Amino acid sequence: MLNEGVHTSELLRLIPLFPLAAAVFHGVMIGLLRRPLPRAGVIAVSCGAVLLSFGVAILALGELLSYPVESRVLVDDLYTWVGAGRFVAEASLLFDPLSAVMSLVVTGVGALIHVYSIGYMDDDERDDKGFQRFFCYLNLFMFSMLMLVLGDNLLVLFLGWEGVGLCSYLLIGFWYGDEWNAYCGSKAFIVNRIGDFGFLVGIFVLFAALAQVGHPTVEFREIQTAIGLLADRTVAMPWGGEWKLLTLVGVCFFVGACGKSAQIPLYVWLPDAMAGPTPVSALIHAATMVTAGVYMVCRMSFLYAAAPGASAVVAWTGALTALVAATIAVAQTDIKKVLAYSTVSQLGYMFVAAGCGGYSAAIFHLGTHAFFKALLFLGSGAVILAMHHEQDTDKMGGLARYIPKTHRVFGVGVLAISGFPLLSGFFSKDEILLSAFAAEQIPGHLWLYGIGLGTAVLTAFYMFRVHFRTFYGECRAPAELRSHIHEPANTVMYPLYVLAALSVVAGLLSPPQLWGDLLGIARSNSLHHFLEPALSRGAVHTVEHSVEWLLVALAVSAFVVGAGLAWWMYVRSPEIPGRIRERAAGLYRAVANKYWVDELYDTVLVHPLVAVSDRVLYRGIDAAGIDGVVNGSAAAVRALAARGLKYAQTGLTQSYLFFMIVGALAMLGWMLRSS
Amino acid sequence: MDLVVDLSVVLFAIGVVGALVRRNVIVILMSVELMLNAVNLAFVAFSRMHGNNDGHVFVLIVITVAAAEVAVGLGIVISLFRNRDTVNVDDVSLLKW
Repeated sequence: MLNEGVHTSELLRLIPLFPLAAAVFHGVMIGLLRRPLPRAGVIAVSCGAVLLSFGVAILALGELLSYPVESRVLVDDLYTWVGAGRFVAEASLLFDPLSAVMSLVVTGVGALIHVYSIGYMDDDERDDKGFQRFFCYLNLFMFSMLMLVLGDNLLVLFLGWEGVGLCSYLLIGFWYGDEWNAYCGSKAFIVNRIGDFGFLVGIFVLFAALAQVGHPTVEFREIQTAIGLLADRTVAMPWGGEWKLLTLVGVCFFVGACGKSAQIPLYVWLPDAMAGPTPVSALIHAATMVTAGVYMVCRMSFLYAAAPGASAVVAWTGALTALVAATIAVAQTDIKKVLAYSTVSQLGYMFVAAGCGGYSAAIFHLGTHAFFKALLFLGSGAVILAMHHEQDTDKMGGLARYIPKTHRVFGVGVLAISGFPLLSGFFSKDEILLSAFAAEQIPGHLWLYGIGLGTAVLTAFYMFRVHFRTFYGECRAPAELRSHIHEPANTVMYPLYVLAALSVVAGLLSPPQLWGDLLGIARSNSLHHFLEPALSRGAVHTVEHSVEWLLVALAVSAFVVGAGLAWWMYVRSPEIPGRIRERAAGLYRAVANKYWVDELYDTVLVHPLVAVSDRVLYRGIDAAGIDGVVNGSAAAVRALAARGLKYAQTGLTQSYLFFMIVGALAMLGWMLRSS
Repeated sequence: MDLVVDLSVVLFAIGVVGALVRRNVIVILMSVELMLNAVNLAFVAFSRMHGNNDGHVFVLIVITVAAAEVAVGLGIVISLFRNRDTVNVDDVSLLKW
C-alpha cells in the first residue's frame, strides 16, 4: 500500500453501500418473504438509495477538491479480501479524479433513469412483484458498477465487472416470458464471458510478471510504480515471434474491453440487448456498463502509454468499429436498433481517443455520451410508450404533432450527438478527432482521423434520418393507434429535461483549449485539467491553432453534410431512399442485414460448437463414456448374477455349511503354508 | 498332552461330519455342540501346557454363549416343527433362486 499523498475517507464505502442495501432489501422481500412491497415503497427505497449515493459522491468530490492537485486520492480500506503469503488483495475503494467523474456519471445518470423507470415500468408491468424485481436488479447493477469504478485493485474491478455482466443478463431477459428476450440475455452473457476470459488472462500474466520482479500486487498504484520494471520484457508467442510483455497484457485487457464495450469482433451482443426494457438500454447499454471497457483502458493508461503496440490495436479496433457500426445504423428501421449501433459506434470513438493517448478526451466523450445517449434512449422509450410499444420507425412519422415535448427533447439529443456546434457532442468529438490527428506514434493516425470524420458524417446522417422518420412527414401508424398517441407521464418527462440540459451544457466542462480561450473558460477549471493527475499523459503532440481551426471547420462541415443529406433524403424528396434501395439492392441488403455477421458467427462458431458439444461432449463423453461406465458396471453385475452366480443359492443349509468349511480350511491352509 | 489334543481333533471332526451329513436339525445342533466342546477341550489342554488361566476363561465364555445358542436354536427348531411338521433341513429350502 502506497500511502504518500493519499487520504483516507470512510465516505467512500457509503457510495456502493446504499444500492447494495436496497437490492438486498428487495431481494429479501420478494425472494424470501414473498411479499412484494407496494409500488410507492419500492420507488422510495430504490430511488432514495441511488440519490443518497449521488449525494455521497458529491460530498466525496468536495473532499477531493479540498486537497492540492498532486495528492487528490481518497482511499477507503474495508478489509483484507485475499491474503496468501506475499500476495495481498485488499477490498478497498479508490476515489481519484477518474473514479470521481465515473461515479458521478454513474450515480447521476443512474438516478435520473431510476426516476424515469418509475413511469416507464408502471405503464408496462402489471405485476407488483415484477416491478420490485426490476428495481432490485437495477440497484444491484448500480452497486456492481460503483464497485467497478471505485475498485482500488484489479480484483475489485473484476468483481464489479462480472457483477454488471450478470445484471445486464438479468435485465435483458427481464421479460423472460418471451423466449427471444431470454436468448438475447444469454447471448450478451456468453459474448461477455469470452471477453472476460481475455481480461482474466491479462490479469494473470501481469500478476505473474510482477511477481517475478518482486512486486506481487494487483493494486493500481503499485502496478503503476512497478510497471517500469517490465518495460523491456518480451514473451515468445505460440505462433513464433516475440511480443513485448506489456503489449500482450494490454491486448488481453482490451479483449475484455471489447466484450464489455461491444467492439469488433465482440459487438454482436449489444444490438440484441435492446430486447430489455428501454430504461435498461439507456442505463446499462448506453450510459454506464458499456463504457466500463473505456474506463478500464483509461485506468490502466500507464500500461497503454508504455505499450504503443497495444495502443495501436485499441485505436484501430475502435476506428473500425465506429465506422462499421455507423454504416449498419444507416439502414436500421427499429428506433432502438439505430441507437444501439450508434452506441457501438460512439464507443469506438472513445477507444480511438484512448488508443491515441487522449485518455481525458475518451473520458470526456464517455461523460457527454452518457448524457445525450441516455437522453436519446429515454426519448425513444417515451416514443415507444406513446406508440403503445411500436419500435419500428416504418410505422411512425409525423409524431411531432402528437408529442411535441418528446419531439423537442429528442431533437436536442440528436443535435448533441451529431456534433451541432457548441453542444456537448461537438466538443468531445472534436477533442477525439484532434487527438487522433495529432497521434503520430500510432501507425496511420491520419487514416484514423479520416475514419473518425467519415463516421461523424454518418452519425449526423443516421441520427437525423431516424429523427425525421419518427417525427416528420406523414404518420404511418394505423388510424386507431393514432388517436391514442399521448405524451408520457411526468416522471418520464422530467429526467428527459434534465438530460437535455446536460447534453447542451456538458461540453463546457472541458472545451478544447481553442474554445476555452474564446469562451473565457480558464484551463485550470476544465475536466481535462482535473483528470490529469489520474491519467497517464501518453504522447502529447500539440497542433497549431490554424490547423485546429481547420479541423473544427471540417467537423462542422461533417455535421452539415450528414444532417443536410438526411433532410434532403427524408424530408425534401422522400422518394430517394426507395430509389437507392432499388439501384444498389445488394449493398442495401448487406447493410440492412448487418453484413450477415450474426449469420457468419452462427455458421462458423455457434453451430460447430453446439454440434461438438452435443455429439462429442454430451452424447460421446458424457452419455456414452461416463454414464456408460456407471450403468455398465451395474448391468455387468446383473448379467453375471442372472447367468451363473444365482445357482450357488441352493437354499440348502448344509451346502452353505459345506462351502463355509471349505473356505475355513482354505484360509487355514493359506495361513499354514509357510510354516 | 498330545492325546488330549488328538481327542479334541477327533471330536471336532465327528462334529463337522455330523453337521454336514445328517438331515435331522436336532442332530445337527448336537454336532455343533460337539464341535464347541472339542474346542473347549483343546483350550483347557493348551491352558495347562502354557501354565496360565486364559484358556479357562475362554472355556467359560464359550459355555455361556453355547447355552444361549442352544436356547435360541431349540426355539427355532420347535417353531419349525410346529409350522412345517418336520425336522429335516432339506425340506426347509424356500430361500433359494
